[in-house]
Amino acid sequence: MATTNSRTLARLMLFPSVVLLLAWMLVPLCMTLYFSFLDYNLLTPGNNEFIGFLNYEFFLTDPAFITSFFNTLLLVGGVLLITLGGGIGLAILLDQAIWGRNYVRIMVLAPFFVMPTVSALVWKNMLMNPVNGLFAHFADWIGVTPIDFFAQIPLLSIIIIVSWQWLPFAALILLTSIQSLDREQLEAADLDGAGPFSKFYYIVLPHLGRAITAVILIETIFLLSIFAEILVTTSGGPGYESTNITYLIYTQSLLQFDVGGGSAGGIVAVIIANIVAIFLMRLIGKNLED
Amino acid sequence: MSINKSNKSKLIYTFLAWTISSLIFFPILWTLITSFKTEAEAISSSPSLFMFDWTLENYEEVLARSPYFNHFWNSIVISLGSSILGLLIAIPAAWSMAFVQTKRTKNLLMWMLSTKMLPPVGVLIPIYLLFRNFGLLDTKLGLVIVMTLINLPIMVWMLYTYFREIPSEVLEASRMDGASIGEEILYVLLPIALPGIASTLLLNVILAWNEAFWTLILTAADAAPLTAFIASYSSPEGLFYAKLSAASAMAIVPILILGWFSQKQLVRGLSFGAVK
Amino acid sequence: MMNRLIMLACGVMTMSAAVANETITIATVNNGDMITMKELSSDFTDKNPSIELKWVTLEENILRQRVTTDVATRGGQYDVMTIGTYEVPIWGKQGWLTELDKLGASYDAEDLLPAIKSGLTVDNKLFAAPFYGESSMVMYRTDLIEKAGLKMPKSPTWDFIRKAAKAMTDKEAGVYGICLRGKAGWGENIALITAMSNSFGARWYDENWKPQFDSQEWHDTLQYYVDIMEESGPPGSSANGFNENLALFQTGKCGIWIDATVAGAFVTNKEDSLVADKVGFALAPHNNLGKRGNWLWAWTLAVPASSKKSDAAMKFISWATSKEYTTLVADKKGWVNVPPGTRASLYNNPEYMAAAPFAQITLDSIQSADPKNPTVKPVPYVGVQFVAIPEFQGIGTAVGQQFSAALTGTMTVKEALETSQRLVERAMRKARYPK
Repeated sequence: MATTNSRTLARLMLFPSVVLLLAWMLVPLCMTLYFSFLDYNLLTPGNNEFIGFLNYEFFLTDPAFITSFFNTLLLVGGVLLITLGGGIGLAILLDQAIWGRNYVRIMVLAPFFVMPTVSALVWKNMLMNPVNGLFAHFADWIGVTPIDFFAQIPLLSIIIIVSWQWLPFAALILLTSIQSLDREQLEAADLDGAGPFSKFYYIVLPHLGRAITAVILIETIFLLSIFAEILVTTSGGPGYESTNITYLIYTQSLLQFDVGGGSAGGIVAVIIANIVAIFLMRLIGKNLED
Repeated sequence: MSINKSNKSKLIYTFLAWTISSLIFFPILWTLITSFKTEAEAISSSPSLFMFDWTLENYEEVLARSPYFNHFWNSIVISLGSSILGLLIAIPAAWSMAFVQTKRTKNLLMWMLSTKMLPPVGVLIPIYLLFRNFGLLDTKLGLVIVMTLINLPIMVWMLYTYFREIPSEVLEASRMDGASIGEEILYVLLPIALPGIASTLLLNVILAWNEAFWTLILTAADAAPLTAFIASYSSPEGLFYAKLSAASAMAIVPILILGWFSQKQLVRGLSFGAVK
Repeated sequence: MMNRLIMLACGVMTMSAAVANETITIATVNNGDMITMKELSSDFTDKNPSIELKWVTLEENILRQRVTTDVATRGGQYDVMTIGTYEVPIWGKQGWLTELDKLGASYDAEDLLPAIKSGLTVDNKLFAAPFYGESSMVMYRTDLIEKAGLKMPKSPTWDFIRKAAKAMTDKEAGVYGICLRGKAGWGENIALITAMSNSFGARWYDENWKPQFDSQEWHDTLQYYVDIMEESGPPGSSANGFNENLALFQTGKCGIWIDATVAGAFVTNKEDSLVADKVGFALAPHNNLGKRGNWLWAWTLAVPASSKKSDAAMKFISWATSKEYTTLVADKKGWVNVPPGTRASLYNNPEYMAAAPFAQITLDSIQSADPKNPTVKPVPYVGVQFVAIPEFQGIGTAVGQQFSAALTGTMTVKEALETSQRLVERAMRKARYPK
């Protein structure tokens, strides 16, 4: 009796957020789906006739599509790799007894609060600019040719900027996780004569499993739609070297104002996101299960 | 001997930690410092860390040129408003997911999170048309709604992981005492979960504060938050490093301070139940 | 100091709280001349106390996205929009703009430079008023060219530019002979390279809207561009647009810079420019084919058809583009800083001509640009450094990315042109040209 009651109530309480999210997702999604079959350009108002899958054909055969698909994966993968690797290192370091740990933690956390546009602007103009940037001054000072970041290594430069923003997030979650590690286990391993590497591999890493999956999940959600950093720094170039799917859709929607083409791209991106989501669900399902 | 040794390693670790964290913090520090330089100094080829004539002229100019406090106020209203509204919707949902679990709960959660993977630019035109039709363009209310919806999945997820850590016996005990579900949530669940709720609120304030797509496209003059303020300094004519730095500082320092004061809360909330 | 800050802040607060009958929202670019307009706008509100102004000042690209979305969906968020000569004819034809027929009796529209005005008129109706106009020209360092033992002619050839740039380059000292736009974008590198290509005899489309990137003329243009930049350009040029190059030139890192004529006022401004007294000007280069590589552009103010306050909006536009505004700026900021390139009367003003060493070249360049016959061969489109069709923003930017890839060396000139050709053909097929 009480259970049926609370079940009904539970449904009732889930109702607002599910309905809102459904509306938020479905209304624009249905409109987008509808637009994606139309010849609809904001700049050339016409009768928006039905053109079948033509928009999809153009989007999928766009010379930039394949490149941007792999760039999307590289961007997400690269940032995950750097933030997880760096994050684990930082977490272990900050777990040691050090003086002024609070100040250190404050400094490490700071980039997470910076607006993506601001951090892209700062990195682009004041640090990575090959003539007036600080890195260039530094390179001149030690007598080497400054790297021309956005021309020579555009995608990597963006990966660096984005990693800087997300490293604090990874580091702090991993740090919290490491701090909850059972010390006795490590001491026992010490007694058994385990070296630091095997201790890390057999004890610390498995313990971090759940934290690592949480980092992967949350970061992937945000990294799939990285856009501001690309717009501010390279505008997707040179060529398509730093164009990702989101940026490609942006050029269709806000440069060409091709609502039909942009919508088709949006649907493709949704499909890709869902594939990633299913993949992640498997991953999380295994690791976040009780 | 052993004390000596551990002191030595503490010294090394401290040095390492301070070096690395300073490097991570450096871009922000550099922005803050540059904001006190003149434009000519900001671009000088032998930059100086502290030895220059500190000046407030950039801040004066930025304040004179744009209505900073209007943008600031809009940012506060939008980020706080959307976080509070989001909590009101997310708490009941998270409660029912955590305490009345069904087979579909996990899938529902994942589905909620996957809505966040929608590339915003793909649904731009539909949203814009809807906003126009409902008269929500350039209103704070409109942005509060959008920000709430964008962050709702994260909120539900965070609260869900929090609530799950609360033993259901506690709630059942109160139910035995004849408390209604509303009282149960209000007087039993909320006090226990307060730290989790606070960190959810904090994270969402930060996410909403920094959101720079919808806030730029859906506002004009009245509701434009600090992201729009930054967009008016991003690459003007002439030398602009110092003014850009001042504007950046004004946009990020408030949230930086908030974040620093609440970092412990935040880290707990961010771990999504992964850390026990 | 702190007091002044607080006063400023309070001033900003009270300003927006003032009572007014009508509020108009003005969207504008964050360029220097517009910032001055905003600063001086109290002159307008003093004269028209019933009108309150709200400003939306944004970086060019973001502004363009916002106003285009707004005007195309009839969002009605803005009453005055700052748009370029690219948008005006397209939007005017769509019926998205209100005809500026209430600018007042004293406005003197006949005084507007014909080259600029004709681009803002559709079916004999004026749809936008020019705020400032520009062409492009050569700016160079007089001291460096002297040191190189050369003399800049009034109308240099591309060959001479290349020779001079090479001679002025001293990479050790951080001086680069040539600074040109390299940042991908239809308003960035494409503006420069398209204008350049005209003087090489190239064109975007033939009379049947067939893309022409497979032509020898385009190959010569792009090859020249890539070569001179490799020889004498600064590092990182593929990320340099107008603003970045301006900063480079002002800090003494460029020998020659070919860009907008409005930059004349900035590079000779002693406050911002370290090389203010060492700058010379010349006409944009040519290739002995009868066309010079100079473009034509104007930032204009227009009223979207969705505005419900078009009368007040026109009153404001009339104020901001009037002769009186020019005088006002001259009073407050000096003659050299008045918005250039819109009115013939400005170039008859001896005070202005004396204050601005680049004035005559600006006027000559603007008057010599011909948007209807931009290049040697006939074209089906209007526009010097752009093609005035709605699809151009997207196409131009995509081609711009190929060109910047050629500049960084990730693609050869031939590959970049082949990709561009394919890409533009696709886009034209999708947009169903020829129409």
